[in-house]
Amino acid sequence: MALTGIQIFKMTPKKNCKECGSPTCMAFSMKVAQGAADISACPHMSEEALATLADATAPPMKTIKIGAGDAEYTLGGETVLYRHEKTFVSRPRYAVAICSCMDDATIDAKLEGLKKVDYERIGERMYVELIYVNYSAEDGQDKYLDIVKKAAATGRTLVLECTDEAVAKAALDICKDSKPVLNGATAANAEAMNAVATEAGVVLGVSGADLNEIYDTIAKLEGLGNKNLVVDVTGADVKTTFANAVQLRRAAIKDGDRTCGYPSIVKVAKLAKDDKYLQEALAALFTMKYGSIIVLQDMDYDQALPLYGLRQNVFTDPQKPMTVEPGIYPINGGDENSLCLTTVDFALTYFVVSGELERSGVPCNLLISDAGGMSVLTAWAAGKLSSGTIAKFIEEQVKDKVSCRKLVIPGKVAVLKGDLEAKLPDWEIIVAPNEATQLVKFMKEMA
Amino acid sequence: MPFNQKPQKFSAKINTVTIGTGDKAISLGGESVLPFYTFDGDIENAPKVGVEITDNGIDDSLPGIKAFYDGCASVADMAKKASQMEGADFVVLTLVGGDPNGDNKSVEDLVAIVKEVVAAVDCPLVVKGCSNVEKDAALLPKVAEACQGTNALIMSAKEENYKAVGASVGLAYDLNMGAESAVDINLAKQLNVISTQLGVKADRIAMDVGTAAVGYGYEYVVSAMDRIRGAALSQDDATLQMPIITPVANDSWNVKEAVASEEDFPEWGPREERGIGMEIMTAASDLVSGSNAVILRHPQSVATIAKMVKELV
Repeated sequence: MALTGIQIFKMTPKKNCKECGSPTCMAFSMKVAQGAADISACPHMSEEALATLADATAPPMKTIKIGAGDAEYTLGGETVLYRHEKTFVSRPRYAVAICSCMDDATIDAKLEGLKKVDYERIGERMYVELIYVNYSAEDGQDKYLDIVKKAAATGRTLVLECTDEAVAKAALDICKDSKPVLNGATAANAEAMNAVATEAGVVLGVSGADLNEIYDTIAKLEGLGNKNLVVDVTGADVKTTFANAVQLRRAAIKDGDRTCGYPSIVKVAKLAKDDKYLQEALAALFTMKYGSIIVLQDMDYDQALPLYGLRQNVFTDPQKPMTVEPGIYPINGGDENSLCLTTVDFALTYFVVSGELERSGVPCNLLISDAGGMSVLTAWAAGKLSSGTIAKFIEEQVKDKVSCRKLVIPGKVAVLKGDLEAKLPDWEIIVAPNEATQLVKFMKEMA
Repeated sequence: MPFNQKPQKFSAKINTVTIGTGDKAISLGGESVLPFYTFDGDIENAPKVGVEITDNGIDDSLPGIKAFYDGCASVADMAKKASQMEGADFVVLTLVGGDPNGDNKSVEDLVAIVKEVVAAVDCPLVVKGCSNVEKDAALLPKVAEACQGTNALIMSAKEENYKAVGASVGLAYDLNMGAESAVDINLAKQLNVISTQLGVKADRIAMDVGTAAVGYGYEYVVSAMDRIRGAALSQDDATLQMPIITPVANDSWNVKEAVASEEDFPEWGPREERGIGMEIMTAASDLVSGSNAVILRHPQSVATIAKMVKELV
């Protein structure tokens, strides 16, 4: 639990020596409590007080890194339960599941299929980051090692599910350098699996029959000195899994129980039981509430387009607006002769406007200038969108690339028309409707 | 040492709004826990799923929808069919054709359709306006008159026209009113306050706080709903304790991912499947953020969301 300034003050030497840079010990303590100063700035703290404070000021949820190099991902590290309280920091990562119980053709198809979804959306690459490799004891170790090799060859980060320590060890020998996750610790094998995971230097996944068993196993592993963990919260059904995911996260962040403060694995593929549509619903559900690694049967565009969009929205920092790159965006096959329209670089504005323009079916060019990521009226009020900024953008980046000399400006800044006509004398300035929803009609009339 | 379970109990409660009459009537709200937090306490009324139809008839651009409504000769036939859809709890008639910027159908024509639908179905009915505030101010009071005695929910009461809509829906005909605002806790609260001041009973109001399709500024929706639910339950704010009903279909089916043709984006695959994905994920996200009911269009989405709700409650 976080300490108050007064509690920290009680542990200081109360000498007001100013060596920390603050005028009094009280002032220093207040700064530490707010996170504005580090406790180590005080040279007179006792060992005991430092240990207490280090513990108390540690984040409620661990930040766990998986994968290596370009395929390294950060999970956890959250400090709030709702994004409006501050921000979420680590987006969930999606895995496609394969199993040694599947035949070769199915496995090859899945590994090939997951590569198909790979695109960019507002500066973020959207693809399947992880492959979940499930061990089936009936099919033996050799088959498992085979598919681990195949999966590793894709270059994606692996999550190995295997509760047999000998097999797990052999599998890690193949891929431990790429830092996979070993999801294999249970109440029964915690010590042995801990040895396998720590020796290979990989993150260990913990599962159990219910939250109590999971909690005890985590406590045991922490006792063995391993805090490099993730928790498989998948239960027998959707309801239990959701309860596990929410309760663990809440206990960590709201109640400060650090034994619960680890990222989660949610095996949606198992819960959805071959129902593609239910999988879509559950993938969204656990993206919203507290999944860190979300395991799916497959990934296709039907699922990826909404899912990655949702993730991108929910895991943006509320203090930083999403922006699109300034530039010329041709729509409906627009070329240099097509009508030019301009608006701001705020991602939401861009999406709404470009969506309506696409619906109109009329070829055009959407010109996005840098407006500091604000909406039209806000940017105008802040001076980020003015006749000057638009004219400069047109002069420098647009006029040589298009031959059309008609420019449509947002209806909300109709007031700029006169100034723009003066600044861009060879352009015809046209005012668009106030709302994007009226654009379809407007464009059809323009065409 | 077992996991220390600390249920988060609120003394406040979401209002219960009942729509429809008889056996098929549904209740929205009534819970004092966060969405699907059954481990904290019972959820009295599971979230409900509605099927949207419009006065424009069948959307024949989508094979799944066309096949489902095959043989329906009128909007009333469609309403009947929709009420039998797997997973459907209520039917929503959106009077989209009334929009002066669109088909601009007359109030009389639209009310005639409402009357047919009222006569055709015995499930709870929700009617949505055309989204033009002036037209809705003229249209919805007539719709309320036509729905008298059905205990329907008439949506689309906005800050600009709540007086006309609220006076007829809430006061004259004693129906439920849907208060529509645009993804903002303060706007939602304001509309509830002025509506109750007008005399509409608080337990007859459901909020449509708006949504966006996932990927399209959805973070605002999450935060608005999280904060509205937070204020209602943890701060016991009676002006935000109305259940939330969210029209998902229109936003979901109008974004690029659900509109672009397969010819233009061959790697994306069939348009219908993309739209279903958009609708399902937006609905699932709305429900876990705090919606007590969602309004969907496609039979596959309706069945799937109903199944998800059943699994969770």
